[in-house]
Amino acid sequence: MADTACDLFDCGHRACGGCGAALAARLVTQAAGTDTIVVSSTGCMEVFSTPYPETAWKVPWIHSLFENASAVASGIEAALKKQGRKEKIVIMAGDGATFDIGMICISGAFERGHDFTYICYDNEAYMNTGIQRSGATPYDASTTTSPAGKCSFGNKRPKKDMPQILAAHGAPYIATASIAYTADLMQKVQKAINTKGPCYIQVHAPCCTGWGFEGDQTLAVAKLAIETGLWVNYEMVDGKVVKVKKVVRKPVEEYLKTQKRFRHLFKPTRQDAEIAVIQAMADRNAEKYAIDIKLKKE
Amino acid sequence: MALAVGCRARPGKARDNKTGSWRVFKPVFDQEKCSKCGTCRTICPEGCISETAEEFFVPDYTYCKGCGLCAEECPKEAIGMKQEEK
Amino acid sequence: MLQMIEGSYAVAGAVKFCRPQVIAAYPITPQTHIVEALADFVANCELDAEYITVENEFSALSACIGASAAGSRTYSATTSQGLALMFEVCFNVAGMRLPIVMSIANRALGAPLSIWNDQQDSISLRDSGWLQFYAEDNQEATDLHYIAYRVAEESSVLLPAFVCFDGFILSHTYEPIDTLTQEDVDKYLPKFTPSERLDAADPISFGMYATPDYYHEFRYEMDRSLKESKAIIHTAGKEFGRMFGRDYSAMVEGYRLEDADTAIVAMGSICGTTKDAIDEMRDEGKKVGLLKVRVFRPFPTEDIAKALAHVKRVAVLDKNVSLGAKGALALEVKDALYSSGIPVKDYIIGLGGRDVRKKDIKAIVELAGKGQGDIFYGLRREVL
Repeated sequence: MADTACDLFDCGHRACGGCGAALAARLVTQAAGTDTIVVSSTGCMEVFSTPYPETAWKVPWIHSLFENASAVASGIEAALKKQGRKEKIVIMAGDGATFDIGMICISGAFERGHDFTYICYDNEAYMNTGIQRSGATPYDASTTTSPAGKCSFGNKRPKKDMPQILAAHGAPYIATASIAYTADLMQKVQKAINTKGPCYIQVHAPCCTGWGFEGDQTLAVAKLAIETGLWVNYEMVDGKVVKVKKVVRKPVEEYLKTQKRFRHLFKPTRQDAEIAVIQAMADRNAEKYAIDIKLKKE
Repeated sequence: MALAVGCRARPGKARDNKTGSWRVFKPVFDQEKCSKCGTCRTICPEGCISETAEEFFVPDYTYCKGCGLCAEECPKEAIGMKQEEK
Repeated sequence: MLQMIEGSYAVAGAVKFCRPQVIAAYPITPQTHIVEALADFVANCELDAEYITVENEFSALSACIGASAAGSRTYSATTSQGLALMFEVCFNVAGMRLPIVMSIANRALGAPLSIWNDQQDSISLRDSGWLQFYAEDNQEATDLHYIAYRVAEESSVLLPAFVCFDGFILSHTYEPIDTLTQEDVDKYLPKFTPSERLDAADPISFGMYATPDYYHEFRYEMDRSLKESKAIIHTAGKEFGRMFGRDYSAMVEGYRLEDADTAIVAMGSICGTTKDAIDEMRDEGKKVGLLKVRVFRPFPTEDIAKALAHVKRVAVLDKNVSLGAKGALALEVKDALYSSGIPVKDYIIGLGGRDVRKKDIKAIVELAGKGQGDIFYGLRREVL
């Protein structure tokens, strides 16, 4: 029949149609290859891929608990070292598992310098449990535990800067990526896997169910996040930013209005002050990472 | 089938779950317009689009959930979403 | 070889001979000497292991999960607060059927904070699916590690095991120990070769989730394996006896129990004190005996019922209390003796390192004789 080369993440998984995380799983495993052991934390990806006895993973895979993927990976790395084996270790954890409940384990594992690649699929909330707020939830996003309401504009805090935190741990290679740019993501995965030490890639994986948009818009939304400067794709080598994706920037409104989680900023009344705060965040990102393509004036 | 010690499994059984039954809309691929770029195969979250010997692309309707990402992302607009008769 | 050695170091030496490939541990009083000794062995190339200095106990046991699933023999040690922090992971290890062995230098649980001995920590995890061995003295503490690995790794068992020994009382006490040799242990404990492991050559998904259609049966299988491990414990213990002269085939051991009217049931180092007290009471003509429980999980229900069938009364010494109910050992002994009609009284004793003397044992036997029990023994009324 037809060629389904390199598909290490099988059909039949139970992700929502249009799921960003499912796409991330496919791309990451494809980039990593068969000689990989994947460690998942509890979350959407783990749940939609492994209801006993159905598993979508065609590489060796382990899930233990919500917060301990980094510690489990540390143990695997030690065992492989002792057994003289060469498989690469890739952790796939959501933002909740990474930014919040897994902080202690990640910090310890990165501090000890284990050789693995940590991939955070960032859908910016606890999606599997019903769209609750995490440390990765952006400012003013409405979630079920930071809902927009008569006296709230939603999540009150900006996204935690995980890449910087892990850079401070001395991680040799850190990148942000997006499912919108598949070749870039896969290249970064390969770079991380082939860099000795604890590497981190944060992959933006928009969630149609949680963010409130149609499943066929997943990649369009992901692109807009980057084009508005609210998500920056960059690479850090030994803590220094070395490469940044530059854009011709669009106003944040173009991104915000595509998603129901930001609808309260537009309906019933337009919240100019809040949108301005978010624009300022994008502007700060643009300055910090120098993402603006300077258009030549004719 | 005996219960696997420790709740483990080898690959394969995910395919028992025919997610094509979830579909409302079905992608229809127009080979005339296809430029063989492979974008659809790359971005399908199911991984159910495969390449034929002639380098065109076909979805596996047993698993296609009809999300429409392929139709949305195809640079040649060669994929259209049609409501399926059930 | 007979060595005068601190309990912790004897245990570390035993672990060394078990050849764990990965050790992940976090320091906590009174386990520290064990993990320090092991670090020393590794640093001096006496033990070829990866030693992960984790950032907390939760990560220690989690790292062991990864290493064990990847096919390596692993080890950790903890107590009290550390074990409590591992609570979630303990259930996970057992459910994933990974034969990790962990030393527990038993210590009281806070609050209030206490660094001193009782058995609340390991007992509070009796539901978790881990085998639980309790050492009377440091010789047992040492030997039980070999037996624990051997039983845990048996393909029909594949469940993790605690080797419990009383913190400070045993861990920090010097006793003469017959320490065996590496060659001895290699003959007793074969290499760990699990039939399934994380391996690119044969991809398997570990730790999937189970819907209501399957979960019940997974738990049944665990319970069945744990109960059937009794036979494996017997065989492994007998083999140990055959090779090294100390038989561990029995999960319970009677001391002067055959003609006893009153039986004391206890676990751990308190058994040593109890034996001395029994000798003195016997000299006074009292027909008292001890049933030492060396394996708490799987619970040796049948063996206890059989051993105590002839006695008139049972006094259970519990270095733990299920607050709001009774001591855990007493409740389970009662279950074992249910149809016998033999009265069982519970004495909560020695909590938080409160010293237990021979006179306390004798006082308890007196109380039991009067049918008085189900109490916190020895309350200091003046501070209440």
